[in-house]
Amino acid sequence: MTETQEKAAQGTKARLVTGPGILLVWLYGVMSVGAVSRSIYQIATEFDRAPLAYTLSAVAAVVYAFITYTLVRGGETARRAALVCCAAELTGVLIVGTWTLIEPSAFPDATVWSDYGYGYLFIPVLLPLSGIWWLRRSRTATAA
Amino acid sequence: MLDALTVAVSVAALALAAWCGYAAFRDQSTKDWHFIGMAVVTFLVLVQLIVGIVQLTRGEKAEEGATIFVAYLLGALCAVPIAGFMSLAERSRWGSATVAAGAVVLAVLEVRLYDIWTVG
Repeated sequence: MTETQEKAAQGTKARLVTGPGILLVWLYGVMSVGAVSRSIYQIATEFDRAPLAYTLSAVAAVVYAFITYTLVRGGETARRAALVCCAAELTGVLIVGTWTLIEPSAFPDATVWSDYGYGYLFIPVLLPLSGIWWLRRSRTATAA
Repeated sequence: MLDALTVAVSVAALALAAWCGYAAFRDQSTKDWHFIGMAVVTFLVLVQLIVGIVQLTRGEKAEEGATIFVAYLLGALCAVPIAGFMSLAERSRWGSATVAAGAVVLAVLEVRLYDIWTVG
């Protein structure tokens, strides 16, 4: 079955996990698993050491998990929701990244978004950018 | 033994990443040979998981704690197979790129595993 037929078979629901989308889902999935397990472990064992950092990691985890879910689900509503979350994610990375650089004392331990995601090969910065690119492109494809 | 395995898995993972990355570059989907490669890498990680657990039960300590150590071993075991299944769903260059990304993730996990295990 060609891609066009596949789209027709699925009605108007835009699939977000074709082509580059599958790579994006994989990376978001990895970040979700990483951030979720990390924050569960840290909050369960040593929350008092760096409450702010661990709370921010948990927020990041929720955002990643939600974007992964919307990407897999597909459709226009999910696409918009994912777009909003990618923007929120990018804002979060930039704010937290700058915050950790300006005032390291507030963060006894690193968050997922510390130093713009330096500890995660800068994937936290690159991912929302490619996500926004892909989601915007999908809309053009659906409209066409 | 464990360190040698960690190095072996890292090298194998990077080789797999390069191989599948090359396939993605040439606009090819993953082929049978790629899946055999993934199986070899996964087998190495499985051996690593077993050796790791055996060493823990013998009383050796992971520097950053047994929980994190086993969690990373399990994560490392899942990385390449899941990416492999996703490349079955996406029969294009992007499926190959996903496996390449999965192998890179595995290599990164191995570096972390080394830190977690080694006193230092």
